[in-house]
Amino acid sequence: MAVKVLIPTPLQKLTNDQATVECSGETISALLESLESSCPGIKARLCDEQGKLRRFVNFYVNSEDIRFLDNENTALKDGDEVSIIPAIAGG
Amino acid sequence: MTATYTRTSQSAFEALQCKECGAEYEPKATHVCELCFGPLEVKYDYDWLRKTVTRETIQAGPNSIWRYRPFLPVATDNVIDVGTGMTPLLQANRLARRLGLKKLYIKNDAVNMPTLSFKDRVVSVALSRARELGFTTVSCASTGNLANSTAAIAAHAGLDCCVFIPSDLEAGKVLGTLIYGPTVMAVHGNYDQVNRLCSEVANTHGWGFVNINLRPYYSEGSKTLGYEVIEQLGWQLPDHIVAPLASGSLFTKIYKGFKEFVEVGLVDEKAVRFSGAQAEGCSPIAKAFQEGRDFISPEKPNTIAKSIAIGNPADGVYAVDIARKTNGNIESVNDAEIIEGIKLLAETEGIFTETAGGTTIAVLKKLVEAGKIDPDETTVVYITGNGLKTQEAVQGYISEPFTIEPKLDSFERALERSRTLDRLEWQQVLV
Ligand SMILES: [Zn+2]
Repeated sequence: MAVKVLIPTPLQKLTNDQATVECSGETISALLESLESSCPGIKARLCDEQGKLRRFVNFYVNSEDIRFLDNENTALKDGDEVSIIPAIAGG
Repeated sequence: MTATYTRTSQSAFEALQCKECGAEYEPKATHVCELCFGPLEVKYDYDWLRKTVTRETIQAGPNSIWRYRPFLPVATDNVIDVGTGMTPLLQANRLARRLGLKKLYIKNDAVNMPTLSFKDRVVSVALSRARELGFTTVSCASTGNLANSTAAIAAHAGLDCCVFIPSDLEAGKVLGTLIYGPTVMAVHGNYDQVNRLCSEVANTHGWGFVNINLRPYYSEGSKTLGYEVIEQLGWQLPDHIVAPLASGSLFTKIYKGFKEFVEVGLVDEKAVRFSGAQAEGCSPIAKAFQEGRDFISPEKPNTIAKSIAIGNPADGVYAVDIARKTNGNIESVNDAEIIEGIKLLAETEGIFTETAGGTTIAVLKKLVEAGKIDPDETTVVYITGNGLKTQEAVQGYISEPFTIEPKLDSFERALERSRTLDRLEWQQVLV
């Protein structure tokens, strides 16, 4: 089971400058743990002290915002693409 | 991570700073805190500003936003001045009477230069800074106005330009971008999807995206909407402002502009109430305000007010916070009310605004009717875009011309008919 994760520029220092990382996990929460074990320190950037996703971080699964799905419990399957995107100013 | 950048004598701009955790960064093309993902803001040396800037030095500057140069993040001679800013502040007496207010002003950015929206302010700053940072290609994700502005000012500055828009935008906004000759990518999807795509493109291409990697500089341009109102009211703050909310950035920057002028002693301190306007079909900020939440639940937009239809507004939480702490309000109105708002402003004040302006006027009316605006308050309403670009929105809702023969009697008959119509309309109003 492999999921492709798109890493935004501000976090690429933690991924050896890689823009994408292969991870695994049945849900977004599990994916975060998998990401943390391959790129130590990354979870603290994405989540607050309580372990909740920070309010300026957006997660998308196959282009859908997880807040329209099941938030951190959103299920993942083989071949899914997850994007991590910082909040963006309006246009 | 301490800033090594040294500032010049032209601007008080010092560094970038995270709005959430306070971490400082060198002022490069970056917009996100590496530690907490918070938005980065431009930090200034206010002591220097207090010593250097006076009302007189500002008034001696150009008749554009660049009279506020020390407060803007452009350090060298890269300023692109296309006459943006210093738009009229009109005393709106007829609209005020209609609504039952006494001191109402319209800040009319529907006539801003060069592309008739407030976006010319933010883009002038963003592209000036882009040139300073060495970018040769600039880009943006846009609901239309930002694309118009980026394409026009890039053309003037000789920068390459590639803009991304949702494919269902109003024809006037698409044409108003294409004419300047940029590459235009019309994306099948809503604005939030376009934005996400651009964020990914910004990761892979070395372009200056005005609302992404140049965002800290870009958003500072909106502060000039605060400065100008102070200057135009005779160096005074208003009592209440009403502005449209898309991402919430404009709202927070008008607030920042007011604060800065107080901070450096250019104007006396006064409590200003901040009220915001959204369309019902996309009102995540209004809902968070009304439900007392401090987080925004994103929405999928469905409204004619496309220029403010941002379902995932980045600065929404800050806008809610400002409305709360200033004793303001955030309201939403439906599409029919938005069209009525456009007509009301046009018929009372001679200003043709786009749907965002219609939303703002309709919310103003709603707030007055709910007793949430004191008739004695000096209220400033921000009109941020021009109706000529979004004519589809009002087609079918306005009266037709009288078609006549080139003969005097044909004209007289039509005139009589028009008067009968007027009387009928008046009778309806009086009943
Ligand atoms: Zn931070």
